[in-house]
Amino acid sequence: MSIKKTFEVFLAITLVLSLAATTSARENIEVVGSSTVYPFSTVVAERYGRSSGKATPKIESTGSGGGMKLFCSGIGTQFPDITNSSRRMKKSEFNQCQKNGVSEIVEVQVGFDGLVMANSVESPVMKLSRKEIFLALAAKVPGDKEGELIDNPYMTWKQINESFPDDKIEVLGPPPTSGTRDAFVELAMEGGCKAIPWLAAMEKTDKRAFKSICHTIREDGHFIEAGENDNLIVQKLQANPKALGIFGFSFLDQNADSVHGAFIEEVAPEFDSIADKSYPVSRPLYFYVKKAHVGVVPGIQGFLDEFTSEKAWGEEGYLAEKGMIPLSTEQRRLTGKNTRALLPMTGDEPLK
Amino acid sequence: MSKPSRNLERIQRSLVSRYRAEKAFRLCGIAAVTLGLLAVLVLFADIFLKGKSAFSATYIQLEINYDQEVLGIDDLSDEGALMLADWDRLHKTALRQEFPQVRKRSERRELYALVSNGAGYDLKERLLSEPELLDQTEKFWILADDDIDTYYKSLLKGRAYTARLSLAQLERVKQLIDQDRIELQFNANFLSRGDSREPEQVGIKGAMFGSFFTLVITLLLSFPIGIAAAIYLEEFAEKNRWTEFIEVNINNLAAVPSIIFGLLGLAIFINFFNVPRSIPFLGGLVLAVMTLPTIIITSRAAIKSVPPSIREAALGLGASPNQVVLHYVVPLAMPGMLTGSIIGMARALGETAPLLMIGMVAFIADVPGGFTDPATVLPVQIFLWADSPERAFIEKTSAAIMVLLAFLITMNLSAVWLRKKLERRW
Repeated sequence: MSIKKTFEVFLAITLVLSLAATTSARENIEVVGSSTVYPFSTVVAERYGRSSGKATPKIESTGSGGGMKLFCSGIGTQFPDITNSSRRMKKSEFNQCQKNGVSEIVEVQVGFDGLVMANSVESPVMKLSRKEIFLALAAKVPGDKEGELIDNPYMTWKQINESFPDDKIEVLGPPPTSGTRDAFVELAMEGGCKAIPWLAAMEKTDKRAFKSICHTIREDGHFIEAGENDNLIVQKLQANPKALGIFGFSFLDQNADSVHGAFIEEVAPEFDSIADKSYPVSRPLYFYVKKAHVGVVPGIQGFLDEFTSEKAWGEEGYLAEKGMIPLSTEQRRLTGKNTRALLPMTGDEPLK
Repeated sequence: MSKPSRNLERIQRSLVSRYRAEKAFRLCGIAAVTLGLLAVLVLFADIFLKGKSAFSATYIQLEINYDQEVLGIDDLSDEGALMLADWDRLHKTALRQEFPQVRKRSERRELYALVSNGAGYDLKERLLSEPELLDQTEKFWILADDDIDTYYKSLLKGRAYTARLSLAQLERVKQLIDQDRIELQFNANFLSRGDSREPEQVGIKGAMFGSFFTLVITLLLSFPIGIAAAIYLEEFAEKNRWTEFIEVNINNLAAVPSIIFGLLGLAIFINFFNVPRSIPFLGGLVLAVMTLPTIIITSRAAIKSVPPSIREAALGLGASPNQVVLHYVVPLAMPGMLTGSIIGMARALGETAPLLMIGMVAFIADVPGGFTDPATVLPVQIFLWADSPERAFIEKTSAAIMVLLAFLITMNLSAVWLRKKLERRW
């Protein structure tokens, strides 16, 4: 074949392919959003695909914020049908959705995720309070006088509490881009902040200053950003028994031979303690559905039914086995009913 | 003393230090190469040691009775009945018969958790491939759950990982081991299935096909366009400000971080041309744009290295410039162009960053059947598995890396081979 011919053939094939690509209606559900909900959403998708014989939903892990942005871009098959989120939709995101014509959004809370601070099994189990976590990790902590803030002076755990080991404070955690970090800061650090009376009073008077004090993590080497990969943090804890790591409960569940979770406020991070909310550092997981796409993209209703079925999100369902903490029976009943009826958000919900 | 002998002395003195310097330089070089080789060796050994267990899977032998009553099927061609049948009951019944002492509901759940939750589908496939088994009983090796798989493999290595199993489960596994009813078999699923969230059921085929379809598009676009651009710029274009400007830009583009091409794909192909997300066609387009500069630069170098005497001889014999280029220059430059393209392709095969933006970093369970089915690619698959909490994914990740490395090495070797075969020296 001469070279000229080869070029012609190449060109022809390319043209045909590009024509084929532009003519496609979507057969599969598109899900985007949080990397925390991703492991659960994918399990449901897979089971749904296999049992229904339909195309398996496609699930992208874009992060909660990125997912919301894609989800709220508009109505039509080029936009995703569902977005996962490890926090509730924000008011601004809801407004954005409305502006782009995504008016009817069904909100589904699916369960909880616990955040743990863990260390290697070679070291003793830590028993921390949220106040101690705040003191160990904040950039600025209260000084001797009331109202005074100083750069965090604590170098070892013993300086915070006499009963702690005399080891350097070393905590491995996710970077600021991560939803896990947001949740940890909000639940553990802010919780600890409120244990200090004058700071707690500040929340009412100067909310912004309160947030900046409570949400800022120290940057002097005692808190180490270890990337988004929780498996990596677990491996680093094995290598360094003196360090603590912050990650999601499912990773603790899977690596119980090498790491154990710290007690927080006297409560161990266990399945039951997270479910009954006695373990304080847990966050709700959600997904949001575009009502306008139900019936247009085939299978959404079936996927929702699968997700809200007792065999999936129930106390003994397969999601629980994957490490998701289920909702209470009453909540499941109510959410399940609303979801099946495709009850959209009204806009009156207390969104942040 | 005369001057020449003093000079000689000086030279001899300096000679010692010069030899020393040369020796030190050589040693440094050898040390650098050894260090590099050692690093590669350690990396490969680590990946191989971790990944090789992924090519075997734990199976449990059970006596399966394909009971017509239980399944409620009279006719195997009845699709509806096949869909409704409770296939899981087949192995659940078998397990209950195996361990009749298990009574309580919670204990039963633990017992059922011994086998993979995809076992029912496997049994369905088995029955459909051998219809005469209906209402018969056979001893069938059934896929074990990933927790059992991890435990059994770690047990064989001498460091049993028991944290995910209950005492009762451990006892049942022990009983099965004593009866030789549990064993490692070749993991055929790994090469024949798509992604899954159950580590024991995952396969790399989906990602392999995705990579294949993506690269086909990349090659079809970037190879002809890249070579055409290189030939034009090298042979036909006038040397003026315009072509210089283009040249500088091509060189710059080759150094642009790959995620930028992903953003370009998002802005132009998805938002403007409305190409659907996550399909190999789109991935191929983005990667083609990314590989183009590499191909143009290497192809131009290859064309430049064709000796002018060939051109002049052809022109002298009356060939038109077009004929000179197409009949002499391009065939002679082809080995260089091909090598450049293959290396560009190999780079495209290993990319994840640009694909992140266009939705190819996703969970896609179905093996793609064409250029417009949602798909993911090998490096993305590795990334996704490395991020999964389940312990059994560690070995799958390493195994996927082995597959990707095998592809890369094959491509690079074929580049070497092509060059050796087509190269002409004069």
